[in-house]
Amino acid sequence: MIIANHNSHLDTLVILSLFPLSLLPRVRPVAAADYFLRNPLLAWFATKIIGIIPIQRTSKGGNPLHQAFEALRNDEVLIIYPEGSRGDPEELTKFKKGISLISKKFPDVPITPLFLHGLGKALPKGDAVFVPFFCDIFVGDAQFWDGEKDRFMQKLEAQITDLSKQGHFPEWI
Amino acid sequence: MNLIEQLPITQNLLYIIAGVYVLLCLATIIVSLMRRGQTQEKHLELWLRVKSWWYMITIFTFAICINRTLSVIFLGLISYLALKEYLSMIPTRRADRRVLFWAYIAIPIQYYWVYSGWYGMFIIFIPVWVFLFLPFRMVLKGETDGFLKAIGTLNWGLMMTVFSLSHAAYLIVLPETASEHHTPVFDKSGAALLFLLVLLTQFNDVAQYVWGRLIGGPKIIPKVSPGKTWAGFLGGMVSTALLSMLLSLVISPMSLHMAALAGIIISFTGFIGDVTISAVKRDLKVKDTGSTIPGHGGLLDRVDSLTYTAPIFFHFLRYFYY
Repeated sequence: MIIANHNSHLDTLVILSLFPLSLLPRVRPVAAADYFLRNPLLAWFATKIIGIIPIQRTSKGGNPLHQAFEALRNDEVLIIYPEGSRGDPEELTKFKKGISLISKKFPDVPITPLFLHGLGKALPKGDAVFVPFFCDIFVGDAQFWDGEKDRFMQKLEAQITDLSKQGHFPEWI
Repeated sequence: MNLIEQLPITQNLLYIIAGVYVLLCLATIIVSLMRRGQTQEKHLELWLRVKSWWYMITIFTFAICINRTLSVIFLGLISYLALKEYLSMIPTRRADRRVLFWAYIAIPIQYYWVYSGWYGMFIIFIPVWVFLFLPFRMVLKGETDGFLKAIGTLNWGLMMTVFSLSHAAYLIVLPETASEHHTPVFDKSGAALLFLLVLLTQFNDVAQYVWGRLIGGPKIIPKVSPGKTWAGFLGGMVSTALLSMLLSLVISPMSLHMAALAGIIISFTGFIGDVTISAVKRDLKVKDTGSTIPGHGGLLDRVDSLTYTAPIFFHFLRYFYY
């Protein structure tokens, strides 16, 4: 399972590019159903080409994480953005707790945290023009479920914040 | 022979390229001997540098030997990567994303002027049209906080990475033999001029480094670049002038005196280009401009001298010979 900060649609493509080609069918980004399934063309691209696991962000009964659990049982790799949304470019927001629900159920699955820099500058939320920038990815040590939800979430957030401090980034206001 | 005639380069240039590879083999052998019996870490950076030189020289050789279109596209790509590295390194404003987009668009246009040999447009496009358009585009967005700094840093970056470097590309189309109905005919000696510029500039970088390390002594501007010594500077200058005299007779229209002068000019201006980019890095508190080339740092670290030598060598040649 991979968790990363989320600022751009490019995030998923960049993370996918880090995997060997043979593994790609088994890498499944977890993404919002209301956004990616909003029209048939986008839905086809998201589910058939990228292979997302759509998640209902608003409760409609049933377990929204059902498909994510299924994927982990099938030995697949999940990409999760715990911030839940791309938000303001190049800014970290508070993590949603879904990740702890998954990790609690699958305590043996390692969680590898990534910090992505620069993609929010290249293609931020709400903009369609791509502007080239060099981007950096920082990979942290794998984490496991530690038994307590709040402490676990704090640990993950702190780790991604630490990763973000490893880089030297120019000011972007 | 038939094959060589089809290439966009002269036969003399092929001999010089072969000579460069001989030098590269020698450098590889020397560094291997220095590392023999030592631990992996010993001279690792030097080893990475030599390895990267193999890649860079091979790519560059291909880029100038296949055809003229590819050469221009290749140099355009260098400009693009250099500008991208520069814009990723400096502070920029969120409001200026679209402005930066237009700055990138200037690259293919500028290199198109090069490709078509349209000198008048090539020489004014960036300093007149682009430099007047970008502030206008920035004003349209209406963000005035940090406006001067934003437009100043962007213009200067374009000047160094696009305008300056495109002069190297223009060397390919400089020796124009005939012009009929706006379709100029270029002869093969242009690629040799480009090769001469790049070879002398990079040779000077290495020579200044080697002489500096061998002799040491007083530093020139320790605040900007602590590695630069007077011994390295002068040693590099003499070495580059000698190499220039040797090569220019074979692949350029220059006489022996002018070749020596060209070598001195390249050495001096290459030094300025190097320390100018160093000053930018000091200001931004970074060690390298990027990590594209193992052992060398970023691409901008490699073409820093070229940002000065390309336009100055170009105008030197153009004024006296073309």
